[in-house]
Amino acid sequence: MSDLRKIKVNGHEVEVSSNLTLLQACEAAGEEIPRFCYHERLSVAGNCRMCLIEVKGGPPKPVASCAQNVRDLRPGPEGAPPELFTNSPMVKKAREGVMEFLLINHPLDCPICDQGGECDLQDQAMAYGRDGTRYEENKRAVEEKHMGPLIKTIMTRCIQCTRCVRFATEIAGVDDLGLVNRGENAEITSYLEKAIESELTGNLIDICPVGALTSKPYAFNARPWELRKTETIDVMDAVGSNIRVDARDREVLRILPRLHEDVNEEWISDKTRFIWDGLKSQRLDQPYVRKDGKLTPASWNEALSVVAEKLNGTPADKVAAIVGDLVPTEAVKALKDLMVAIGTPHLDCRQDGASLGGGSRESYLFNTTIAGLEQADAILLIGTNPRLEAPMINARIRKSWLDNLSLKIGLIGHQAALNYEYDYLGAGPETLKSITSGEGAFFETLKAAERPAIIIGMGALTRADGAAVMAETARLAAAIGAVKESWNGFNVLHLAASRAGALDLGFLPGEGGRDLAGILDGAQKREIEIVYNLGADEIDGVRFNGAFVVYQGHHGDAGARAADVVFPGAAYTEQSGVYVNTEGRVQMTVRAHFPPGEAREDWAILRALSERVGKTLPYDDLFALRRAMVEDAPVFGRVDHAPGAETALEFDLTKVGVAGSMSDEPFTSSVTDFYFTNPVARASKTMAECSSVMRGAAKLAAE
Amino acid sequence: MASRKPSKDQPASFEWTSENLVWCAEQMKKYPPGREASCAIPFLWRGQKQQGWISIPMMEAIARQLSMPFIRIYEVATFYTMFNLTPVGEHFVQVCGTTPCVLRGSDALREVCKKVIGDENHVSEDGKLSWLEVECLGACVNAPMVQISTKDGDHYYEDLTADILEEMLSKLRRGEEVSIGTANPRRHTSDPEGDNTTLNDPTLYDGSRAQPLRELPDSTPPAPAE
Repeated sequence: MSDLRKIKVNGHEVEVSSNLTLLQACEAAGEEIPRFCYHERLSVAGNCRMCLIEVKGGPPKPVASCAQNVRDLRPGPEGAPPELFTNSPMVKKAREGVMEFLLINHPLDCPICDQGGECDLQDQAMAYGRDGTRYEENKRAVEEKHMGPLIKTIMTRCIQCTRCVRFATEIAGVDDLGLVNRGENAEITSYLEKAIESELTGNLIDICPVGALTSKPYAFNARPWELRKTETIDVMDAVGSNIRVDARDREVLRILPRLHEDVNEEWISDKTRFIWDGLKSQRLDQPYVRKDGKLTPASWNEALSVVAEKLNGTPADKVAAIVGDLVPTEAVKALKDLMVAIGTPHLDCRQDGASLGGGSRESYLFNTTIAGLEQADAILLIGTNPRLEAPMINARIRKSWLDNLSLKIGLIGHQAALNYEYDYLGAGPETLKSITSGEGAFFETLKAAERPAIIIGMGALTRADGAAVMAETARLAAAIGAVKESWNGFNVLHLAASRAGALDLGFLPGEGGRDLAGILDGAQKREIEIVYNLGADEIDGVRFNGAFVVYQGHHGDAGARAADVVFPGAAYTEQSGVYVNTEGRVQMTVRAHFPPGEAREDWAILRALSERVGKTLPYDDLFALRRAMVEDAPVFGRVDHAPGAETALEFDLTKVGVAGSMSDEPFTSSVTDFYFTNPVARASKTMAECSSVMRGAAKLAAE
Repeated sequence: MASRKPSKDQPASFEWTSENLVWCAEQMKKYPPGREASCAIPFLWRGQKQQGWISIPMMEAIARQLSMPFIRIYEVATFYTMFNLTPVGEHFVQVCGTTPCVLRGSDALREVCKKVIGDENHVSEDGKLSWLEVECLGACVNAPMVQISTKDGDHYYEDLTADILEEMLSKLRRGEEVSIGTANPRRHTSDPEGDNTTLNDPTLYDGSRAQPLRELPDSTPPAPAE
């Protein structure tokens, strides 16, 4: 594979792999090559011609460096290394010529263009273009296209690089975009101007090198140089996509992806990207206390005293605590320590009732790791729709499926469109059982596979028989040899960003403790008198009836409505917190701006409350708290590390789940509406619009 | 070139004729499984011959037939100007408007079309005729010329004048035959009018100018290497 070749770039000799393109080789030699259509993760189109370079001894004309490989270079006389030039007069002239042609029809509307300041064309025109224009003719105008609620199009600006077409076709897997007509009339359009049915459309905005595709919600909001950029982590799903939050004052104005090869590469889902308007509405910005049946604004002092009094006046075993989906691990740790200090065992971090945790760490992680999916040669999906539950993982499966022709994918559960072909094996546990017992062709596929991966989703684990399904899956994993040295093919796909971290900290019912169902049941029967609800919004408030509910969170959603006291917390962009993604990768968010009003960081609220209760937590700052976390669970000591198959040999599959009978009910995905999975998303107008557009599209497709 | 946008009036559906269905199945056999997309252009062309133009339902039907995304067929159909995305007349007149034809008077032909048929790319009221200016059709030697397409075939009509074209169009309207090829009675196909003026020397053709070969090329074996 790595057949090294010596080449000379601008007179400097470098040794590069013969598989590289000339463009990559020049970059390896430290030369910058301008480009528009070339993108590392997309197929090579070679149609913008901006990357022209001179090849000595080659054809007497410039060569498109993105489309030729080092291996195809002819050596010089007497076997001398081939020579490339990126700074010769020929190259300079070629670049100026290409740039001049690109600008013939490109409007000069940079002052009103949202891409201004971060535009490839603008930058490269400055660096490689001529100083003036020689054209007096009119520019062509292109009609705007409709591409859905997220993408604003100004197609006159388009330079036909076709990056968007290739992204939609290759990465997103939706053949919706195309280049129609020809020559001067060429236009990019979606088929009959339908909205693009993908959850990755926002990435089109990033890959568009000009201002043809820009963000609709962000339109005319800000210039890139006005924004404070914070590199942080996303919490919309359990993937933990790396993001950059751009904020001005106390306002997030946009969210962009950040490169992380092992997690999200350089893409993010639309929910991650366009959630930001949800961070501004429905916010809890001051404490509330319920008086005469109505939540009324209160001071921190009052709210804390009410809760402290209540806690001190209630027997410890009548206090319970639950943790929601978006909570940073520090707050989970603080809440756990407080509850342990009070002396209650009734803790649960699984607000969806999933049968997870308690066992070894591998039993609730995505052990193959996201990048590891590229090595898999057979994948079985159980009760999950990764396209809605974790679009980045779905994109990774698609990538693997495209790269590896022999990759076989099977699915048990709801038959959804996933952007890759799969064998539909069945709907429910019976199918799982029959495969485990060695029936069917797919069992043979899994058995024969060297690196099989089984992905079990929350749709299979949040059922009453979740533990049994888990045990059955583990039995299957053992039967096909999914867990062996240097390969762990047992994967749990989480939905909640805070779940894996909370499980790592053991935020689970203690000895004699009640789980979520028990707590809710207890609340109805008045056996539980106080529920401390840390950001759990997916539980119907009615089910807490009878208990005194303290809600700590950042959005006025289901949780706050059912509460008797509300502590306003900070959202993920407003506090530094540790999150563990579904792979077990510990990542840290960074504060982009301060929380609104009187809202405070989550751990600090709990620390303050502990003081009022008289059980002061032993940490005064975030660092002390994190030190305590690492002492509790050493995994927190290694940031950005996914264990993967390190511990595969110690992983005992027989101890996963609880064997039992399974119902015949088919598996469903836990995510029915991708755009409404958490309180931030529910507060976002953009997400509401997407949801209604997609529902309309789904309805049309069904008809 | 006129704007190439699909017609606003689209039929509700598209069905192949039974004869064309057989033809389609035959064509599909030419390509291995997974390579059905190779049939895209022949199918579009056949569809255009069946219906006169290519409608959105036709593109979608072909896309389904070839397991291609709709947009890919749409790209092909919009790329090639031979595909009509709007309805055309029974006789679709394509007037060549490239340099040699213009020099030989195609502007007059355009005027005739405009007068007799109406605006470019509009079907006449009786549905018989429509016209379009196109780029070079490669019959420059018989300029000016038009191509007239019907469902049965496409034919060249060459060496036209405004009067001849006007008469042709009215004949077509009445459903009469029009002779194919050059309209100049003194020409045969693309031969020159009258007698040849060059290359007339008979010695060019009787072999007398050929030099006898002294030696066949490469007939002596190369000298052995020393």
